[in-house]
Amino acid sequence: MEINKEQILTWLEEVKDPEIPVLSLVDLGVINEVRIENDHVQIEMTPTFVGCPALDMMKMDIEETLRKNGIDKVTINVTFNKPWSSDLISEKGRQALKQFGLAPPPNATLFDDLDILEKAICPRCNSDQTELRSTFGATLCRSIHYCNNCKEAFEQFKPI
Amino acid sequence: MNELAIKELLYNIADDLLIQGHRNSEWTGFGPLLEEDIAFSSMAQDKIGQSQALYQMLHELGEQAPDTVAFTRNAKQFHNCVFVELPNGEYDFSLTRHFLFDTALAIRFDMLTQSSFTPLAQLAMKVRGELKYHTLHANTWIKKLGTATDESIQRLQKSLDAAMPYALGIFEESAHERDLISQNVFQGEAIVRTKWEAAIRDVLSKTQLVLPDLSKVNAVIGGRVGKHSEHLQPLLDEMSEVFNIDPTAEW
Repeated sequence: MEINKEQILTWLEEVKDPEIPVLSLVDLGVINEVRIENDHVQIEMTPTFVGCPALDMMKMDIEETLRKNGIDKVTINVTFNKPWSSDLISEKGRQALKQFGLAPPPNATLFDDLDILEKAICPRCNSDQTELRSTFGATLCRSIHYCNNCKEAFEQFKPI
Repeated sequence: MNELAIKELLYNIADDLLIQGHRNSEWTGFGPLLEEDIAFSSMAQDKIGQSQALYQMLHELGEQAPDTVAFTRNAKQFHNCVFVELPNGEYDFSLTRHFLFDTALAIRFDMLTQSSFTPLAQLAMKVRGELKYHTLHANTWIKKLGTATDESIQRLQKSLDAAMPYALGIFEESAHERDLISQNVFQGEAIVRTKWEAAIRDVLSKTQLVLPDLSKVNAVIGGRVGKHSEHLQPLLDEMSEVFNIDPTAEW
């Protein structure tokens, strides 16, 4: 069977972030590199947070998905040579986050103090009348906010 | 490059992260309010994850596997500064330590992004972004409680005075300090300390807290060469309790 990088990336669309099941690893931006030598697939990936507990599960899911598609020789290397940033989330990924009820992250290069976090846009009603409740949420990548317009708490994917 | 010097630098930082991370995790379920409970637990998760990445780097330089290094050494083999092993005390002490320690840690990792040891420089780029959330959290609460009530100001001042000799111990120099500096691995503790003093002075100037005269404070050192307080071994015993039930178990 002839395999190419595009085919592998299409299959990896099926592998979701275990903590955000609407977002694929490709859209999340954690797949740095796919290399194919004969029937051996080498994948280079990088964690969203150094202490991300979902990393091992992601690696297992990648292996399982590729095995299902007939690829048995898979090596996954975790590296920091291209560190992940929330700016790497694709436009499709940002839309998926919003539909899931998580506000997409603001531009990480602009993040220098808490002001930018104060201005989160509510993913439900699109209001900017919101306030930051806590920079630490249910998982390392989320912060907690409150919308004064629709009177609901919501979470935002942190800029990093 | 002097590999021994690099290993010692990595152990110093990794052990600080692991022990402070463990102390942070002791707030899980006990935080003064839910958001603080989550904050200290999240920072524990970050720090323990960062220590694991450094132990992995040490493993690639020939040291034992991360779990072995974390769970099977005794107190004398740990390189952390004494500051991070002190018990959490009340929230005011934990917050003060969080502020003083994380300010230094963020400066250290910012400097390490320039390290000539590439794996460390790459990891530092990543860790630097994560630590920004830790220092913003500490600064927010120090400013809030350092200007709030007489009680909150008094409590923080008392903790600040008590913490300072230990905080200065963060900057205990390695025996290989000159090698690290000359080989551009790390710019050295003296520079971290100078930047740290400026940073904490800036935050404290927005509060009613007074920074003690640091020239009159005697630093508590020795942690980097395995001289610890009576508080470290009980912490290690608790941390490794489950691991030691069955060291060969797969998790």
